[in-house]
Amino acid sequence: MNLASYTARRAALGLVQVLAVVTLVFVLVQALPGDAAVALAGDNPDPARIAQIRAAMGLDRPVLERFVEWLAGLPRLDFGVSLVSGRPVSEFLFGAIGPTAVLATLTLVLLLPISVMAGVLAALREGSLLDRALTSISVALHSIPEFALAVVLIAVFGVQLAWLPPTAVGADLLSQPAVLVLPLVVLLARPICSISRLVRAGMVDALASDYVRHARRLGLGETRIRFAHALPNALAPAVQQVARTTDWLLGGVIVVEAVFVIPGLGTVLVDAVAGRDLPVVQGLAVVFAVSTVAVNLVADLVAFRLAPRTEVVA
Amino acid sequence: MSLNRRGFLGLTSGLTVATLAGCGSGAAPASTPRAGGRLRAAFAGGGAKEVLDPHLANLFVEAARSKAMFDKLADLGDDVSPRPRLAEKWEPSADLTRWRITLRKAVFHDGRPVRAQDVLASYARILDPNRAFRAKSSLTLIDLPNSRAVDDRTVEFALKRPFVEFPNALAAFGAYIVPEGAEDFTKPVGSGAFSFVSFEPGRSVLLKRNPEYWEGAPLLDELEFVIANEESARTNALLGGQVEYAHDLTPTTARSHASGDRMTIHRSPNSAVQAFAMKLDRAPFDNRDLREALFLLADRPQLVESVLAGSGQVGNDLFGKGYQHYADEIGQRQRDLDKAKFLIRKAGAEGMVIKLDTSTAAAGMVEAATVFADQAKGSGLTIEVAVGNKDSYWADTLKNGSLSSFRSGAMPIETHIAQRLLTGSGTNVTKWARPEFDALYEKAVSTSDEAVRTETYREMQRVLHAEGGYLMWGFADWIVGTTPKVGGISTAPANTLDWARFDKVWIG
Repeated sequence: MNLASYTARRAALGLVQVLAVVTLVFVLVQALPGDAAVALAGDNPDPARIAQIRAAMGLDRPVLERFVEWLAGLPRLDFGVSLVSGRPVSEFLFGAIGPTAVLATLTLVLLLPISVMAGVLAALREGSLLDRALTSISVALHSIPEFALAVVLIAVFGVQLAWLPPTAVGADLLSQPAVLVLPLVVLLARPICSISRLVRAGMVDALASDYVRHARRLGLGETRIRFAHALPNALAPAVQQVARTTDWLLGGVIVVEAVFVIPGLGTVLVDAVAGRDLPVVQGLAVVFAVSTVAVNLVADLVAFRLAPRTEVVA
Repeated sequence: MSLNRRGFLGLTSGLTVATLAGCGSGAAPASTPRAGGRLRAAFAGGGAKEVLDPHLANLFVEAARSKAMFDKLADLGDDVSPRPRLAEKWEPSADLTRWRITLRKAVFHDGRPVRAQDVLASYARILDPNRAFRAKSSLTLIDLPNSRAVDDRTVEFALKRPFVEFPNALAAFGAYIVPEGAEDFTKPVGSGAFSFVSFEPGRSVLLKRNPEYWEGAPLLDELEFVIANEESARTNALLGGQVEYAHDLTPTTARSHASGDRMTIHRSPNSAVQAFAMKLDRAPFDNRDLREALFLLADRPQLVESVLAGSGQVGNDLFGKGYQHYADEIGQRQRDLDKAKFLIRKAGAEGMVIKLDTSTAAAGMVEAATVFADQAKGSGLTIEVAVGNKDSYWADTLKNGSLSSFRSGAMPIETHIAQRLLTGSGTNVTKWARPEFDALYEKAVSTSDEAVRTETYREMQRVLHAEGGYLMWGFADWIVGTTPKVGGISTAPANTLDWARFDKVWIG
């Protein structure tokens, strides 16, 4: 199968997956107790008032009708209107994608070179002190949950030493990059371990493989063998992990957003679910589903390019 | 998620204590008012919910912003009794059905004067039958078609029934005066101490000083509201110098920073009542003895000490401690295990298991339920704590179950009774429905005799104290943190006029 038809098939499948996710999310949110009117009424749950809110929001219309209407708007990129605030859902999405994308991009830009370098170094010096040190540090970082690491970093560097701003409250992320330092460290801590371990393992395997031995017998230079022949093969398994990490980052890492006050997709999701703001939740589901499908598709294509022998399973 | 979050909060407070242990104290608090500067105030927000329409205000941040940009005709004073604001004075007719209100000379931010027509239009908007604004239930007794603007600065309200507490309605949550015809609040125009500059939903609102404010221009040049949903984030932002004011902190945070020099803690007593609600219309609490047994089982000082970390006062099963009309002559109830056991036996409830519904909808409710269940051990009753969904909690417990956690912010005692304790009340959690009590309420709100009114409120409270369904065990302080150089913070209960009153605040 050639690359183009493979891509087309995967894209079509992706579309079906997005629709399935959106429908499932709709059903699940419907299954939650209470609706937007109940959530909005809060500690003033006068039944008469809830009924009025429900009517004002159009929640008294049949569920199916509202879902179909919402689906019909999708091809026009019309995500509907937030029940609670009356603002278009697209405003929420566009507003929140910015911070999430900035964090995800910067994390990936730092993550890839650092983790590949760490993995390659460890593999080249397999069993050495450096290898063991890199392994210990990355495994140690991996074992700390994000929120715990975030809390410690804020307490030490944000509050006690006052070197860095402890939160990003009210800040514009790009014009005040200092607020991004601590969140980036937290976001990098775990993926660095998982990816560098995979690169290391792949590299160790590749360096011990027949074709590397053959390349050596042919008298190719060691640098060329390592980086032009062994490394691409070693990266293929790591690419899938990078895809998972990207997906995780694009989903808005809720804990990191909450602790550092970054109003990204995770924050919008938490607020929307608590407020039973169904159109916003569905809009987010579309964004998450599309990004998951796209990221995995890209990852498969990249893996295919790096190591063409790899079987690509749809 | 919730488990992580709780663990994480606990961990933060522990760590902040540890990191601050080395700090001394020394900075002098701001004492002399000084003009100028920008104050950044961190509040919890709701992203999706945040709106600038003052009639839609629901969250604390929305209430605080509305207060900065708009005025009500009246607002609640420190004792939660109504004080004139945009209304200079109010004069009821002898039968209390017509109220003549004289407006203060005030202007909106766009220079237009505040007129009687604006008042009527604002109330008509709130009372629109197709909408569901929060202040609607309070204003619904206004007979709008028969109310009129006498002249530009005089409104005459006709009421559907005699109501001496009408000023409470004028002070209702969200009853703000907006310019006639205002529907678009993307750039709100009000008559408040600060005028609008910019808004980024879920992130910040920037306001600036209104030099024409009728009560005198504020001291601050600018006021910025920023959103930080996690309490630990608000605390850290304050400690890191990113904000000067952090709203709604936990007692634990207050305790760890009270003696430090990086944060000044402001406590507003009597801000939120903490309670358990028993439903009278169903078993087992249709039995008065059993209700009394529960009253006697509660060890209130222990609840205040453990759940509120000491940041509060014990309650006496009555709403509104320290408020106007509060019956403070009624003796404080104490724990009496022997009598409680006797009453439980008498009610034939020995060995009974009662479910106590609670949730994390308000801070401390689950903790209070757990502590209370523990206090009931050995009494013959077993209380089983059931943690429900927090987003639909209030609507669920209004209908279901027999015993539930309850809390409420400040409001006049009259409003508390009208909303929760009359046969037709919309949020009657305890299902307290007694014609003779309804009659007492009618008597209190329709007499212009101050002494009769006071006595009637006391009588209602005596009945509620003896056999009501609310076990009100404590009143939590409302806790706000500021940097030490911020002055002019009032400790009035949350939701009253002087709470979040940024026009009186300065940065020293």
